[in-house]
Amino acid sequence: MSVAGLVFSFRVRDLVRSPWLAAYALGFFAIGESLFWFGGTADQVVLSLLNLVLTVVPLAALVFGVVYVYSTREFTELLLAQPIPRRQLFVGLVGGLTVPLSAAGALGMALPFVLHAGRQAVPVGPLVTLLVAAIGLTAACTALAVLIALWIDDRLRGIGVALGTWLALTLLYDAGVLAIAAAYDRWPLDKVMIGLMLANPVDIARSVVISQLDIPAMMGYSGAVFRQAFGSSIGVAIALLALVSWALVPFLFARRRFERRDF
Amino acid sequence: MITFDGIRKAFGARHVLDGVTVNVAAARVTALVGPNGSGKTTLIKILLGLTHPDAGVISIGGTPVDVTGSYRSQVGYMPQAANFPSHLRVGEIVELVTALRGGQARDESLLDAFGLRADWDRPVGTLSGGTRQKLNASIAMMFAPSVLVLDEPTAGLDPVAAATLRDRVRRERDRGRAVLITSHVLSELEELADDVTFICDGTVRFAGSIAQLREATGESRVEPAIVSLMRSVRRADPVSDSAVAPGVATEPG
Repeated sequence: MSVAGLVFSFRVRDLVRSPWLAAYALGFFAIGESLFWFGGTADQVVLSLLNLVLTVVPLAALVFGVVYVYSTREFTELLLAQPIPRRQLFVGLVGGLTVPLSAAGALGMALPFVLHAGRQAVPVGPLVTLLVAAIGLTAACTALAVLIALWIDDRLRGIGVALGTWLALTLLYDAGVLAIAAAYDRWPLDKVMIGLMLANPVDIARSVVISQLDIPAMMGYSGAVFRQAFGSSIGVAIALLALVSWALVPFLFARRRFERRDF
Repeated sequence: MITFDGIRKAFGARHVLDGVTVNVAAARVTALVGPNGSGKTTLIKILLGLTHPDAGVISIGGTPVDVTGSYRSQVGYMPQAANFPSHLRVGEIVELVTALRGGQARDESLLDAFGLRADWDRPVGTLSGGTRQKLNASIAMMFAPSVLVLDEPTAGLDPVAAATLRDRVRRERDRGRAVLITSHVLSELEELADDVTFICDGTVRFAGSIAQLREATGESRVEPAIVSLMRSVRRADPVSDSAVAPGVATEPG
């Protein structure tokens, strides 16, 4: 097995035994189950879970990612002292953090739908889109978390920056977009709004899932413009590509930092 | 065995190592001593490839170390902090490091000596700090490295384990390994060290054998001799060049 594969498999072993990861999966499961028990339709449950995903997934990935990187720093140094290339070690470490976190979230979200599949029709398309969006959001935010932890040595400052990033992505960004839309309402902002939507992974995830649910009222200004401009399937493909870029670009920056930095 | 030649390292405006040249001989235990912040840990991290030097070359057995890090198969490292992923088991940690070293043959006698077999299936997070440190020591010495780097090795160990580790360090030295050790427990260095390199403010202030250290400071024991070195540096009164081992560069104090 390659170095990256080895490190990945042992990190997965460590994380799947973590009570935090179990709590994360159980949390999604319990909320999904509750929504079904309170009489929600499967479409409504997807929509409710989406709102949770857009808030909780970035928070969990950013904070858990930053804390995990800091708490395993000494072990990372021990691994760096072995005769292995840094790049492969990095790939194993980040993959071993992203995959269990994504899988725990996706499992927790999907399980209630599987359990209730006999009683009502499962909206497969929207559900799969929700899971893909959640996994993409986890990958993007975990890569950002690793980048933050590699850039900032001080643990408290790193956690602070991670929380600030979460606040910016989930709240401040939308406020800024609304402010721009309000201030320049006489201008043709369609392209600007599409650009702004693609510049925030949370906005991308929201637009992709809502477009599958066919409730444009929930899409927000940028999402509605996006759908109008690209149509559903092409738009979704572009948005998913943007989400992949959101995971890939911070990953590549973090890898470069990991290869060059002093420990 | 290990030669640090003109190693320089600055973090921003702070020059941590300023042209350090040190030799660590095979079949010798070399103690790297100096006050806090003197550059000892940075020098060790440069040897291990954890930190990149601004200038200078490190050679092991006459061969300059390369950027691929393959030379690290000759190096065993015991860090001061014994932190492992808390949900991995003792056996899994050993299995991982063995696999990363390409399945190098391992000597598990230290695992037995420390009684770690009893904890083989326990998650590392449930072990005491001392037991984790035993695991660190076992991993460092498991793959018969020609170079051993021990950073505060007995910190956190109980007296029996510390004695076991000291015996093992002597045995490794007698097998021809080059041992580089840092410790603030000067009595421990008295027992273990053959040579002493004293670093302060990023420069080597003394390098020589224990006998030369005693002669240079006029002290019969290592502990007061090193304290005397530290005091002499604080008074900006460098130890005379005559105390420095031949072939080892020193910097003006």
